Amino acid sequence: MSIPLSWYLILSAALFCIGLFGVLARKNAVAILLGIELMLNAVNINLVAFWRYGTGEITGQVFAIIVFAVASAEVAVGLALIISVYRRRSTVIADDLDLMKW
Amino acid sequence: MTPEQIIFILTAALIVGTAFLVVTTRNLVHAALWLVATLFGVAILYGLSGAGFLALVQIVIYIGAIAILFIFAVMLTRKEMRDKGAQVNRNWPISAFLALLVFGGLAFILSGWDGFSATASSVPVSGDTLTALGKALVSPDAFVLPFEVASILLLAALVGAVYLAASNKE
Amino acid sequence: MTFWNDPINFIADWLQDVFIGWGASTSVAEVITSLIGIVVMILFAMVIAIALVWVERKVVARFQDRLGPNRIGPFGIFQPFADIVKLVIKEDIIPAGADRVVFNMAPVISLASVILIWAIIPLASNIYGVDINVGVLYLVAVGSFGTLSVIMAGWASNNKYALIGAFRMVATMISYEIPMVVALMIPTIISGTMSVQGITQAQSSVWFAILSPLGFLLFMISAIAELGRSPFDLNEAESEIVAGFHIEYTGMKFGLFYAGELLHAFTFGGFMAVLFFGGYGGFFGLENVAGFTWLSNPFIELIVFLVKAMIGYWIIMWIKYSMPRIRIDHMLAFNWKFLTPLAFVLLMVTALFDKLLAPTQFYVAGMFLSNVVLGWIVIEILRKFSKHERVLQENPAEPVVIQAANHGQGVS
Repeated sequence: MSIPLSWYLILSAALFCIGLFGVLARKNAVAILLGIELMLNAVNINLVAFWRYGTGEITGQVFAIIVFAVASAEVAVGLALIISVYRRRSTVIADDLDLMKW
Repeated sequence: MTPEQIIFILTAALIVGTAFLVVTTRNLVHAALWLVATLFGVAILYGLSGAGFLALVQIVIYIGAIAILFIFAVMLTRKEMRDKGAQVNRNWPISAFLALLVFGGLAFILSGWDGFSATASSVPVSGDTLTALGKALVSPDAFVLPFEVASILLLAALVGAVYLAASNKE
Repeated sequence: MTFWNDPINFIADWLQDVFIGWGASTSVAEVITSLIGIVVMILFAMVIAIALVWVERKVVARFQDRLGPNRIGPFGIFQPFADIVKLVIKEDIIPAGADRVVFNMAPVISLASVILIWAIIPLASNIYGVDINVGVLYLVAVGSFGTLSVIMAGWASNNKYALIGAFRMVATMISYEIPMVVALMIPTIISGTMSVQGITQAQSSVWFAILSPLGFLLFMISAIAELGRSPFDLNEAESEIVAGFHIEYTGMKFGLFYAGELLHAFTFGGFMAVLFFGGYGGFFGLENVAGFTWLSNPFIELIVFLVKAMIGYWIIMWIKYSMPRIRIDHMLAFNWKFLTPLAFVLLMVTALFDKLLAPTQFYVAGMFLSNVVLGWIVIEILRKFSKHERVLQENPAEPVVIQAANHGQGVS
C-alpha cells in the first residue's frame, strides 16, 4: 500500500512548528529568516500533498510555484534589508534593533 | 513496508532532523548548510510524490539561489567569522512550548478530518502533469493572473533588493 | 533483443534472472540491478575523466608549441596514472581553524555534482541512465550543487584569498546561469520537449545549431562561464589570487576538484553535442536506407556521441588556451548588459518564428535567417556603442563644461 495522506500532513505540521520555534527563539535576524524559510517549505509540502491526493487538478502545483516566487522575493528583500541595517547599526541581533521602541 | 514507505520515512527523518539542527545550531553558516540538507530532503519528497518538475525547481531556486543568499548574508553581517555564545534568546522555553502546542493542535484538528487517512493516491502521475502545469499557468481561465502578479512581485523585489543593497554611495 | 541491438536492457535482464535464480524477490533484484547500473555509469564517467587528463595536457602543450607528456608510455598515455599516484601519496593538510566537515565535503559535492549529470546523458538511443521528462532543468539543478560546493570550499578554508575567489566564482556562476537557462529553453521550444532523449530525436532531420546558431553561441559562452574556465577563470587565476577557492586543498582532494572540472568541461561538450548538434544521431535518415541499417546500432551511436563530445570539448579547450582572462567587473557587465538581454530577445524571436513558420516549408531557412538578422542587429548596436565610447575617450568633455560654466556666470 502506498503512503497515507496523514503522513504528509503530520510531516508538514512538524516542519512548520520547528520553523515557528526558530522564528520565535533565535537572536540573529538571519536565523529568523531561516525559520521563515522552513515554514514556507512546510506549506509547500502541504500543497503538493493535496495535489497528489486530490482529484486530478493541477491547482496544488500552481500554488506551490507561486509560493516559490513569493519566498524568493521575500528572502531577497529581507536579506537586503538586513545587510542595510548591518551597515548602519553594525549589529543584526534582533533585540538590539530597538530604536523605535518606547 | 513498501520501498516507497521506507524512502518516505527516511526522507521525513532527514527533513525533521536537519530542520531541528537549523534552528538550534550555534554556528550560523552550519545552520545555512543544514537548511540546504532540509531543502534537498523536501525536493526528494516532491520527486517521490511524482512532481518531478517541482523537485528540480526546488533545487534550482532554493538550494541554488536562496541558500547561497543566506550563506552570503551570514558572512557579510558579522565582524568576525566565529559565532560566540548561545544563539537563542531568553524566551526560548516559552517558544518551544508554543511550537509543541501548535503542533499538537494541528495534529488534533487534522485527525478529526475524514480525508485524513486517504491512502491510495488517485492521481495518475504521468508526464502529462508538466504540460498541464504549463497550460494552467498561462491560460486565461486558469491561473495566468496570479502568474503575472507573481512576476510583478519578483520585479518589485528585484528593484527593491538592488536599491537597498547598493544605497551606501550617497 | 540481442546484445548488439540493446546492450543495457539485455545485460539488465540477464542480471535480474541471475539474482532471481539465487532466490531474491523481483523488486530486490530490480534494485540490485539498478545499483549495479549506477556503479557502471559512474565508472564510465571516471574512466573518461582519467583519459581527459592526458588529452588536456597534450592539447595545451600543442597549443603552446611544446610536446607535452611523452615519457610514461607511448605518447605519454600513462601520465594520468602517474598523476594519480602523485596526488594520493601527498600529505593531506587541513589548515588550522578550518571547519573540518565542510572542508572535507566540498570536493566530494563538487565531483558529485558533475557525475550526477551523467545520469541523463543519452549515449545512444538505448544507452542512458534514465530519461526524465525534465532533463534540461536537471542540468541546471545539478549545476547549483557545484555552486554550493565552491562556497563551502571557500569558507571552510579559513583563508581570505580562498573566500574572495569563492565569492567571485559564485557571483559568476549565478549570473551566468540566467543566459544558460534561456539558451536551454531554445532547444526546448524548437523540439517541444524538455527530455534530452526527445531533443536528440527531434534533430533527426536538421540540427538545432543550424536552426539557431545564436542559441548555440549563447549556450557555449554561458557554459564556459559556468565551468569557471578561461576566459572566465578569475577564481583560479594563478597569477592573481594564487589558486582561488581551492588554495588550501592538497593531494587527492585537489585531485577531486581538478578531475571534476575536466569532467564537467567534457560533460558540457557532450551537452553542446546533444542539444545543438544532434547527439548520437546525425546520419539524417541514411540509416533507413537498405544497406546502412547498421548505422543505427547503439555502439555506432555511442562512438558518434563520443566523437561529437570530444569536438565540443576541443572547442572549449581552444577558447581556454587562446584568450586572456576577463576582469570580474567586465565579466558581470558582459552578462547583465549584453548576454541576458540578448538571451531574452533571442528567446522571443525563436518562439515567434517557430510558431509562425512551423507548418510552412521555410522553417529551416526562416529560423536561420532570423538568427542571422538578430546577430547583425546586435553587431550594429555594439558598433555604435563602441564608437560612442571611443569618441568619448578621445575627446574628453572638459572644454564643453568650462564653456557652459562661463556662459552660466554671464562672463563673456
